Amino acid sequence: MELYHGPLDVKSIFNRWLDEHAASNYGAFIPFVGIIREEDDIEALSFDIYEPILQKWFDAWQEKAMQRGAIVKMAHAIGDVPVHTSSYVSAVFSPKRRVALELIEEFVEDFKANAPIWKYDVKKGKRIYAGDRSTPMEGAGLLK
Amino acid sequence: MITVEFLGPIGKAPIQIEAKTLADVSAKLKEDAALKEWLDKCAVAVNDTMVSDLSAPLNEGDRVSILPPVCGG
Repeated sequence: MELYHGPLDVKSIFNRWLDEHAASNYGAFIPFVGIIREEDDIEALSFDIYEPILQKWFDAWQEKAMQRGAIVKMAHAIGDVPVHTSSYVSAVFSPKRRVALELIEEFVEDFKANAPIWKYDVKKGKRIYAGDRSTPMEGAGLLK
Repeated sequence: MITVEFLGPIGKAPIQIEAKTLADVSAKLKEDAALKEWLDKCAVAVNDTMVSDLSAPLNEGDRVSILPPVCGG
């Protein structure tokens, strides 16, 4: 798992991942790239990350992937990410396509629901929490 | 004493309180009207492990994290 301040250099990240596994004999590589769209007058999105729990979440997924003979990769941005640049990339390597196709969907969807990352719209230089697009994590409301 | 930290958009500095369980933490945090609206939708971790049991005992020096709704990517 990799965290970067500001937008991701998508091509160099994928190049590196592909190079790392050039001889690993995986038959499938499925990448996902999240790109900031220009909408609602935003200049950028901005992100806070709580790394210790994100790392545990990621490690649990790596364990699950390895049980299926695959591996997962991800990189995410911290702080401001301007429109038309990337805040998030992930990928699955697996021996055959079926596992990779299934895993990339499960991994990206669970990421959306349970990775401890908070998103803000940036408008006129101000950060506004994207509360209406956010999902309570599993077990939310315990202290209510 | 335990420490309670408020992650992401809650925007509140960590506090130290006396608490034997998360139920005690809940009671204490509800005294703060500004926090009450967050508690419905926040998940909780103790020492960076997500938890789901209000009655589990807390130990001296434990760190409780309050995690508001998330949206990565």
